[in-house]
Amino acid sequence: MRYVAIFILSMIFWLLVTFRFTPANLAAGAAASLLTSAIFGRYYFHNVGKFLQPRRWFWFIVYLITFLWACLKANLDVAYRVLHPAMPIRPGIVKVRTTLKSDFARTLLANSITMTPGTITVDIVGDDMYIHWIYIRSEDPAVYTAMITGRFEDYIKKFAE
Amino acid sequence: MTEILSILLYIQIAMCAACLWRIIRGPTIPDRMVGIDIFGILVVGICGIISVQTGKAFILDIGIAWVILSFIGTLTLAKYLSGRKLNE
Amino acid sequence: MNEMAAIVLISVGVLFNLFGCIGLIRLPDIYNRLQAATKCVTLGCCSILLGVMVHFGLGSAGFRALIAIPVLFFTATVAAHALVRGAYHFGTKMDKKSVKDDYRETVK
Repeated sequence: MRYVAIFILSMIFWLLVTFRFTPANLAAGAAASLLTSAIFGRYYFHNVGKFLQPRRWFWFIVYLITFLWACLKANLDVAYRVLHPAMPIRPGIVKVRTTLKSDFARTLLANSITMTPGTITVDIVGDDMYIHWIYIRSEDPAVYTAMITGRFEDYIKKFAE
Repeated sequence: MTEILSILLYIQIAMCAACLWRIIRGPTIPDRMVGIDIFGILVVGICGIISVQTGKAFILDIGIAWVILSFIGTLTLAKYLSGRKLNE
Repeated sequence: MNEMAAIVLISVGVLFNLFGCIGLIRLPDIYNRLQAATKCVTLGCCSILLGVMVHFGLGSAGFRALIAIPVLFFTATVAAHALVRGAYHFGTKMDKKSVKDDYRETVK
């Protein structure tokens, strides 16, 4: 089942990149997608049924809008810190505990943390994420966990767990 | 129209020069690798601007291929960095 | 109209790239440089590609530019994680302004 999902995804990617619908092109795309799904199929998508639930797609769109807004804010934040003559930075690495379990959800959370204001993920060891923060606003673990993971963890839990 | 695009292209190339400055000057080895990584992403922007300027779409293919190749190159460099001390 | 929108998007992208490169030159140590550069340059290049898509319309070239955006997002962030982790294991010192380092005990 998950081989079929990989096959369909890579076929869509091929058609969007080449954008020609001749039989020769379709056959070449099918051959390449078959090879890709045969090699990489066992690594991804352990539960394909999740793709077919509309509730997950709704939360995915909510997550996407929040993510784009945070991304824009992150860039303005970096611009402020870089252009300020005194460079207001107070960097450090903090430890944040996550409740997400699956690998895909954790990767997505790490990517969102990297693109939000002032934070970049360094490593994940067990349940702990180590995060480099450019301006540490508080020393209390509960406060900065809520500040960093915040809404993203809820949304990702709703559509990817 | 064309003049604005040319000016933007020159600014982008000047930023590539800034990355080269970081690669030459950087005090430690990881600094140089950051310069290489950012250089790879900036080239994609150059590909996009040139494809608008000339109206040829195949340059975008070069951009996509460049993203993936620079990604693999950066991963290899990062593996070299961390594996040097830990013997992974 | 489309031409104007494309030019505005490309200009915004180049502006963000400029902020990222100023950060790459000015900030004191590798972790801060990587933060500024990754965020700003990734979003800037995505904005440039969005402008390219607006210019070409939703045809063959437009879909190519649209495909490049998620590819760029995922590769840039994953490369940044790998690079910052490699730099820490390599033994790069953090800047003197740093106030906290929880990662040190875990590495040892």
